[in-house]
Amino acid sequence: MKKGNKRLIISLVIVALLYAGGCLIEQTAGTKSMVVTVLQKGAVYALIAVSMNLLNGFTGLFSLGQAGFMLVGAYSYAILTIPMAKRAAVYQYYNGGWVQFTVGFLPALLVAGVIAALFAALIGMPVLRLKGDYLAIATLGFAEIIRAIVQWDTIGPLTNGSNLLKTYPTLKNIMPGNTVLFTFIVVGVCIGLILLLINSTYGRAFKAIRDDEVAAEAMGINLFHHKQMAFVISSFFAGIGGALLAMYQGSLQANSFKSSMTYEILLIVVIGGMGSVSGSILASFLFIACSEWWLRFLDAETVLGNFKVPLLAPGFRMVVFSVVIMVVVLFFRKGIMGDRELWELGSRRAAKGGRK
Amino acid sequence: MFDTLLPYLLAGISVGGQYALIAVGYTLVYGILRLINFAHGDIFTAAGFFMVYLVASVPLPLAIPLVIILTVVLGFAVERVAYKPLRSSPRMSIMISAIGVSYLLQNLMWYITGGLAKQYPVLPGLSQTIQIGSATTKLVTIVTPVLTIALVVALVMLINHTKIGMAMRAVSVDFETSQLMGIKINNVISVTFIIGSAMAAIGSLLYFTNYTAVTPTVGAMPGLKAFVAAVFGGIGSIPGAMIGALIIGICENLIKAAGWTAFSDAFTFALLIVVLLFRPTGLFGEKTTDKV
Amino acid sequence: MSEAKANVPVLRLENITMQFGGVVAINNLSLEVNQGEIVALIGPNGAGKTTAFNCVTGVYEPTNGIVEFHGKPIVVNHPQGKMIKQYGGINGDLYKDRKPVVHTPDRITHMGIARTFQNIRLFKSQTAFENVLIGTHLRRTSNFLTATLRLNMKEEKAMREKAMNLLEIVGLADVANELATSLPYGKQRRLEIARALATDPTLLLLDEPAAGMNPQETDELGEFIVDIKNKFNLTVFMIEHHMNLVMDISDRIYVLDFGKQIAEGTPEEIQKNPVVIAAYLGVDEE
Repeated sequence: MKKGNKRLIISLVIVALLYAGGCLIEQTAGTKSMVVTVLQKGAVYALIAVSMNLLNGFTGLFSLGQAGFMLVGAYSYAILTIPMAKRAAVYQYYNGGWVQFTVGFLPALLVAGVIAALFAALIGMPVLRLKGDYLAIATLGFAEIIRAIVQWDTIGPLTNGSNLLKTYPTLKNIMPGNTVLFTFIVVGVCIGLILLLINSTYGRAFKAIRDDEVAAEAMGINLFHHKQMAFVISSFFAGIGGALLAMYQGSLQANSFKSSMTYEILLIVVIGGMGSVSGSILASFLFIACSEWWLRFLDAETVLGNFKVPLLAPGFRMVVFSVVIMVVVLFFRKGIMGDRELWELGSRRAAKGGRK
Repeated sequence: MFDTLLPYLLAGISVGGQYALIAVGYTLVYGILRLINFAHGDIFTAAGFFMVYLVASVPLPLAIPLVIILTVVLGFAVERVAYKPLRSSPRMSIMISAIGVSYLLQNLMWYITGGLAKQYPVLPGLSQTIQIGSATTKLVTIVTPVLTIALVVALVMLINHTKIGMAMRAVSVDFETSQLMGIKINNVISVTFIIGSAMAAIGSLLYFTNYTAVTPTVGAMPGLKAFVAAVFGGIGSIPGAMIGALIIGICENLIKAAGWTAFSDAFTFALLIVVLLFRPTGLFGEKTTDKV
Repeated sequence: MSEAKANVPVLRLENITMQFGGVVAINNLSLEVNQGEIVALIGPNGAGKTTAFNCVTGVYEPTNGIVEFHGKPIVVNHPQGKMIKQYGGINGDLYKDRKPVVHTPDRITHMGIARTFQNIRLFKSQTAFENVLIGTHLRRTSNFLTATLRLNMKEEKAMREKAMNLLEIVGLADVANELATSLPYGKQRRLEIARALATDPTLLLLDEPAAGMNPQETDELGEFIVDIKNKFNLTVFMIEHHMNLVMDISDRIYVLDFGKQIAEGTPEEIQKNPVVIAAYLGVDEE
């Protein structure tokens, strides 16, 4: 037990240092710098990836609905927080819209998660009875349905149809100069809660279902109940993640939440390691850093002296990137972390769980 | 009433037939590998781009067979590179690999085309306008269902009456046993992908005659719908896939006729979920039970 | 051998028929397992033994018949729909006025029936300790919120102690932190039993517990089963092929062949029963 406490303290110190580091970087490099962008977006993606990992990696449910729940979260947040004064301008095609009140950004963030969770509860009832790959297609389908409904003209006064949602509170105007700290705190709390859940008796039940459904059921674990729980909780955090993404982007359109977004997140989870929270976090930052920053040069046509570097052109970055992902998927199937956590690396796997 | 619905009905049958040609690829692959080949829709898109680029350099009569050949090569290569190495790993890994391939193909096509929509060449004959009853439509509307049915019949014959067909049936029932019986699994799987890709290529010729803009993600939606059609018809059953695809194509267009265009895509998935809940094995699928 | 309190049935199967399509896997099986007994179900491969287990544990829904547990019906069914015409068993209309009762396997486990599997089904990514710990999950009083916020520390501690205690009892304390699937076969079997015990059962169903064990391991297993039966005040119902084990520890034996019960009795009676010898012992070299 003492050893566990020591580890916990070390972990907390490291996390605190990381937070301070992120904060410091923003103070010195400025909010507009590329590092800060990576830190913001990376953190948001980390939360979304961890929420997806809870479902795909820990409970063994191959769900592809993440983009749909992010969309619900993002829209709920934006709709609730657009200032009254600006509603008329945003909802210019819908007479200022139906919603005529504004909620603070923190409660809105929570509500975003709750609404996404409610959607998940409704959707989960039919689809979670499906097996494996049928579940994947059904959840993918539901994400598409949600996207279609959001853009439906009849509920335009609520969602602004296929027009942009904007002028809601964003990262930049909530905590100017400390956007990284804010994102890290929200994401940190959420991931912390997910970690606590995973290491509780419910988390063990989720893993049991992943390992062997028949045996888990024979151990008295109600499959549907637990799958539904994992699905709803995962969607809750995906909703918050979606809301954070909306805060990061500054404006919102349903069309950006396509299935390719879900695929991207799934690939992050795979790169990090199915069943590893720290893997998902690492992979998110890596993914965002590569796509937003380090590999940007691949997209620029470059001439060195008289020599035009071949292949470099817009879009090449993503090609290189997807090739790297395929290499990981094919040859490093366990990803960066496998199913272990960063803080377990020092000790043998054996040190896990036992008390004596 | 009928006169107003007729054009929609015709469009439905036509697009349904095109979905059917894509769905064959899904249903064959799923029947044998138990894999949703997420990349199949992108192979269909690639066929569209092959045509766009080939027509610029070779005459049309040569371009059409070349498109089919190139698509087949692509489908074959995808299987060999991305699925074969994962033969013995959990199904989830193969599915993730399929999603990775889809991601790669989309990005690759975006890179090559610069992200701009390309105009699909006009295929003389298919684009010709004709008059059916009170509706004016393109010849492709008639050609599609006829060609689809002919191809499906041919394929069913192939599967029921040839040696390779027998091998395919055997592998779909029991992977390991058929291997022990001396069936060369990898060849059978390759043939499956070749047939599926060829069908998708033919489907693309017909599809893009109606929807002439080819973009890197254009195949994603028809791909998903074709998969739904395959599930609807009972995965593994080729006639089932065709009937499922026709039903989906027709329903989708009738919904458009009713003025609910925004929901025509949503409908497909709603249908899928209803089917999976009440008849998980589809219209023509066989029942399976898990052994404890 | 143990002294059973006769006539206090823990488990009672009444006219159970299980039909898959046209195949009648079990035909009109009735049997009783009394408080404190060890009862064995034997029969050649494919006789329907595991199917019988699956009918009790809720994996299958029998086509016809009643299963009672501590006098309470936990499964009731009669042929319905298409099955009315297809039904190939006996007593098809005996229960047609009874309301069908179905429970999922997890409910059955809640009621106090735990099982092991013929082909070991441990949670492969988990340690031995975690495997047993998962078995304690069903008796939790926490919900996901209290568990996440660690408001259930006391219960969590009790769960861990109970799991460790069970591992000690089955003699696996030293490998508590090894991956379950890395253990040798015999230990995996014991671990599965420990995991089943963690659910606090009153009836333990063992599906071929000695499969794949050598004679010495089998002997030890026999003692072990009697031991835990007494320690946890259990009733044991098992499927087994090792005749030595069956004859050694069973109070009574039921013999199944082609889905039908062909004999019932004490080990001595079964050994002498000519029908059994013809159908089973005579054919099998055991």
